[in-house]
Amino acid sequence: MGRTLAEKVWESHVVRRFEGEPDLLYIDLHLVHEVTSPQAFDGLRLSGRGVRRTDLTLATEDHNIPTINIDQPIADPISRAQVEALRTNCAEFGVPLYSLGNVEQGIVHVVGPQLGLTQPGMTVVCGDSHTSTHGAFGALAFGIGTSEVEHVLATQTLPLKPFKTMAITVEGDLPTGVTAKDVILAVIAKIGTGGGQGYVLEYRGSAIEALSIEGRMTICNMSIEAGARAGMIAPDDTTFEYLNGRDHAPKEAEWDVAVEYWRTLRTDDDATFDAEVVLDASALSPFVTWGTNPGQGLPLSGSVPSPANAADEGERAAIAHALEYMGLTPGMPLRDIAVDTVFVGSCTNGRIEDLRAVAEVLKGRAVAPSVRMLIVPGSVRVRHQAQEEGLDEIFIAAGAEWREAGCSMCLAMNPDKLAPGERSASTSNRNFEGRQGPGGRTHLVSPAVAAATAVTGHLAAPSDLVSIV
Amino acid sequence: MESFVRHTGTALPLRRSNVDTDQIIPAEYLKRITRHGFEDGLFAAWRKDPGFVLNQPHHADVSILVAGPDFGTGSSREHAVWALQNYGFKAVLSSRFADIFRGNSGKGGLLTAQVDQSVIEALWTAIEANPDLEVTVDLEEREVRAGSIVAPIDVDDYVRWRLMEGLDDIGITLAHVDAISTFESNRPSFMPKTA
Ligand code: SF4
Repeated sequence: MGRTLAEKVWESHVVRRFEGEPDLLYIDLHLVHEVTSPQAFDGLRLSGRGVRRTDLTLATEDHNIPTINIDQPIADPISRAQVEALRTNCAEFGVPLYSLGNVEQGIVHVVGPQLGLTQPGMTVVCGDSHTSTHGAFGALAFGIGTSEVEHVLATQTLPLKPFKTMAITVEGDLPTGVTAKDVILAVIAKIGTGGGQGYVLEYRGSAIEALSIEGRMTICNMSIEAGARAGMIAPDDTTFEYLNGRDHAPKEAEWDVAVEYWRTLRTDDDATFDAEVVLDASALSPFVTWGTNPGQGLPLSGSVPSPANAADEGERAAIAHALEYMGLTPGMPLRDIAVDTVFVGSCTNGRIEDLRAVAEVLKGRAVAPSVRMLIVPGSVRVRHQAQEEGLDEIFIAAGAEWREAGCSMCLAMNPDKLAPGERSASTSNRNFEGRQGPGGRTHLVSPAVAAATAVTGHLAAPSDLVSIV
Repeated sequence: MESFVRHTGTALPLRRSNVDTDQIIPAEYLKRITRHGFEDGLFAAWRKDPGFVLNQPHHADVSILVAGPDFGTGSSREHAVWALQNYGFKAVLSSRFADIFRGNSGKGGLLTAQVDQSVIEALWTAIEANPDLEVTVDLEEREVRAGSIVAPIDVDDYVRWRLMEGLDDIGITLAHVDAISTFESNRPSFMPKTA
């Protein structure tokens, strides 16, 4: 019987299989950042173990670091201690590290792909749930906890039980103005935040194949918000074109060998998935969240739902609780929701194409006076590229703040936070209570919707704006 | 790691679904570089509310958490497990757990026992009627017992064995280091290196 993409990648990484035990899986790339690693390095030290493959490990600083005045010492002493612990640990154990100020520094899930380190058919892990991003290349990539970080550092393997597989098929053409972010928000609203639990999702169908690699990363990134540990997309010419010539991509004769292998990484026609979900691309529209989990989303044209219409008591309570936290009333059109802050960035939507989409909307327009807009590139390279293209001038002329690279307001571990009660439209991936600062209220949106929202001051799509001739 | 065979204690009825890791421990508490002291961040936002169930004096010494479905969704932060353990929790019961949280718990020695939602409801009612009710989570017998409630718990066989033996995963893996070396010698040469 045929095999799925996920099964092929899994099988090719089994180091040891023994009845009744998890498979021991080899890890090709281990990405490390400052928040989930200190206790792992400490564990190694305590047990007298080293890092088995420093040459398959890469660290970067992203979660805690400031996005302004990066030439100054980090002001928050605890953030500074965590970043310094990473520097000391990497030096002691010989792990390569891209520190603040280095041109390769950035969000861990932006850095790996742009260096060409993420390739089809690999296993990629990181102590961060959005490691699923790397699945856009046809890699099996998933987040791990700190004990697992220690395990991979020490052994370059992980004991794991196979995942089930789910096909998410999106067929048809996306209407104009509908982006990868809208697709994944619609998928999550459809299957729920627990719907993908235990599965690797494989996104397929003509709408997925038509996406750029960056769009595919946005989709795979939020697999975790659907409860899945990983999302994958079969590699194709779009993937190979993206990789070709990147620093760590195979070169010359090796390139041909690699591509030949990568072309085999597709789900066989006679393979079966454990579950399947189908979406019609042509029926999708810009999507926004109204609640406090990523499954609580609706088309922008919709209205805030009412607890009274909930299917059961549990859902009724969940909606009521979310509306209270979000300060919203049932029936209110989503387009009437006014925001205080717009955040563009994160490993979901902090890449160059995202910034281009924002610039396209902001060009010749101004951010509403009531709104503060933060634009935070996902990596230093993205920042440089945006500046080469003159996007920074568009942002600044429109009245947005143009920042240095990092996670920033995606999780508010650095000084970029919402104040209690403050409302944001954010291109990040989580709208949990307090995610962007205690008491902060988050609406997840695409970059294009974020930009239009910044202009009008309330949730809006670019098509709502008066055209500029 | 300490072995876990069974645990008896009082339990906290947390009538919420989708308790994400940002609620278990908000990001601002993740900055410590040790594995202890995270109890202050446990449910930090909710604990500001005097009415929150964990703030009730009759629930002061709880060691078992009985939560709604989809517990532990969200980020991979193992700090969520440490926060629960540092506070004194030994086991969490829910009808569904997020995968990463469940994996992290198994590594750290916190038992995540999956039971039917009807069992969760029965436990909530029983504990609310009598906060001192003794709840036993028995890994050996694979069941939870509280007053007249006896119900099976669903735990992974391998995790159960490791927890009961108190075994450290890395040690188990390093016993197979030859298999790892053999695998490495067969990896294609086009695969990338970071340095
Ligand atoms: S940008 Fe946000 S989701 Fe992505 S790695 Fe950073 S904190 Fe995590």
